[in-house]
Amino acid sequence: MTSQKNWGVLAEFANPAELLHAAQELHKLGYRKFETWSPFPIHGMDDAMGLTGSKVPWLTLGGGLTGLTIGLLLQWWTGAVDYPLVIGGKPYFAWQFATPVTFELSILLSAFGTVFGMFALNGLPRPYHPLDRVARFRRVTDDGFFLSVEVADPLFDMERTHNQLAELGGAHITVVEDK
Amino acid sequence: MGHANTFNEDAKLPEAAAKRAQTIALACAVVGLGASFGGGLLGLFGGDAKELHHQFYFSWLTAFFFFTTLSLGGLFFTILHHLVRASWSTGLRRIAENLAMNIPLMAACALVLSMGFGDVYHWTHIDPAKDPIFAVKEPYLNVGFFTIRAVVFFALWAVLAFFFRKNSVAQDGAQSAESASAFNFKMRRLAPLSMLAFALSLTFFSFDWLMSLDPHWFSTMFGVYVFAGTVVALFATLILSVLWLTRNNAVSTDTLTIGVFHDAGKLMFGFTVFWTYITFSQYYLIWYANIPEETGWFMHRAQGGWEHVGLLIAVGHFILPFWTIMSRHVKRNRFMLGLVAGWMLFMHFVDLYFVIMPTHHHHLHLHWLDLTTFVGVGGVFLMGFLFWCKRDALVARKDPQLTASTGYDNV
Repeated sequence: MTSQKNWGVLAEFANPAELLHAAQELHKLGYRKFETWSPFPIHGMDDAMGLTGSKVPWLTLGGGLTGLTIGLLLQWWTGAVDYPLVIGGKPYFAWQFATPVTFELSILLSAFGTVFGMFALNGLPRPYHPLDRVARFRRVTDDGFFLSVEVADPLFDMERTHNQLAELGGAHITVVEDK
Repeated sequence: MGHANTFNEDAKLPEAAAKRAQTIALACAVVGLGASFGGGLLGLFGGDAKELHHQFYFSWLTAFFFFTTLSLGGLFFTILHHLVRASWSTGLRRIAENLAMNIPLMAACALVLSMGFGDVYHWTHIDPAKDPIFAVKEPYLNVGFFTIRAVVFFALWAVLAFFFRKNSVAQDGAQSAESASAFNFKMRRLAPLSMLAFALSLTFFSFDWLMSLDPHWFSTMFGVYVFAGTVVALFATLILSVLWLTRNNAVSTDTLTIGVFHDAGKLMFGFTVFWTYITFSQYYLIWYANIPEETGWFMHRAQGGWEHVGLLIAVGHFILPFWTIMSRHVKRNRFMLGLVAGWMLFMHFVDLYFVIMPTHHHHLHLHWLDLTTFVGVGGVFLMGFLFWCKRDALVARKDPQLTASTGYDNV
């Protein structure tokens, strides 16, 4: 058996409204490394947790601009520099015929930037998570509403955090261990 | 939830705001039409002034077509709303219906053109025997058939606009949610056929009134191109109307919420991209095929200063709005989105100008009649729009779907 260390605490809440309230209060207290878990999206949770805008759009933009550049360079370099060949009486390079390919590549890499960027920012794929070790947590895919606070949060103090969660209506407060 | 029956805004245009706008509209109409007709009539005396006469009809056509597309956009939006059983746009429905009711006014403006028909449409005096390309088109493109189509199109649009608005207003007096729903059902039933008729009529209307300016040229995409620009202009008009109505407390922002405003902005963004897609596709296929009777239209517009207008359209009708209204912060900012909406209306005008005016001027030549006809027809259009806005509630108050339009914010 490897040495165990604490990952954080997990508290269960009765319904989405209580979870939302708890998230609001924790954020007000100054906690930042905490997460809420529920079977479905809860409206207003982003604001309650104080989450700022997603970084994904910037990755989309980056992907799009990369596709645009590659698309144009590819057609210009192959057609007008590396192997100039007159096709259908058209110029070696013209923005008119370069547009569709450039457009498609911009879209493709935008989509890649969005999907894979979202994966990366979420830390996916993640086959193991410390919360998997808590049996009650399985109800999160059914009817459980949970809130976890990580030890890594500067404000984390086992006793104080435990009490604060209890005051906010958290039940079955469990210390979550990690390998 | 029964919220629709407890909707407690009367949603009427305040007298003061209406008065102010009507005064401006009337002033525009009087000054604009006065100057335009004055210029046009002066041209009848011949000599150096003869050019004024020709210019008048081309400027008039541009202004007429611009404002007709706003009405047609309103009709399109109304039909679409019922066709897809939309709920988010319920609050905007009445504005679109009011825009569509200007069709008869626009038909009256079309009559002005009939006096200078031959000056604008050169195919009226081409001899088919000497022109094999035109000879093929002659059975379709002749004054008689053109007139019949014009009458049929305007009559069709007027009837549809009248039908939808009449039932919509009658719904305002509904006593129960059930009887209000009955009106929705009635309008929804006619929506599919109306949409089909609208698509075909707008396509052939744009072939007749714009594409035939160059009787040798043809593009099967032309109808969609005009349609795309029309819808962009419609959303711009809706956005500006919402701004105007909420600013004057005619309708509260609880009814025309920032969410609805945001959604209209999204659609304006979407159709701006759609317009670009269609416009580029039309150009690209003709560029690639390189067939003389097709390329002529673009060659004509790639020289004599017109190439700068083309560039302005590419930047102003696509690149600028694309990067501006992509941001949700801009779409949710009333001032910023209003600014872009105004700009898009201007670009829609430039786009039509680029289609129409090179037929008359081989070299880019801005004329004061372009401005006066725009102001004049615009004043008339605004007067008609205000008339319908004043007449009834500005929101379909009893529509059971109104709650869905006002109640949520689609962030």
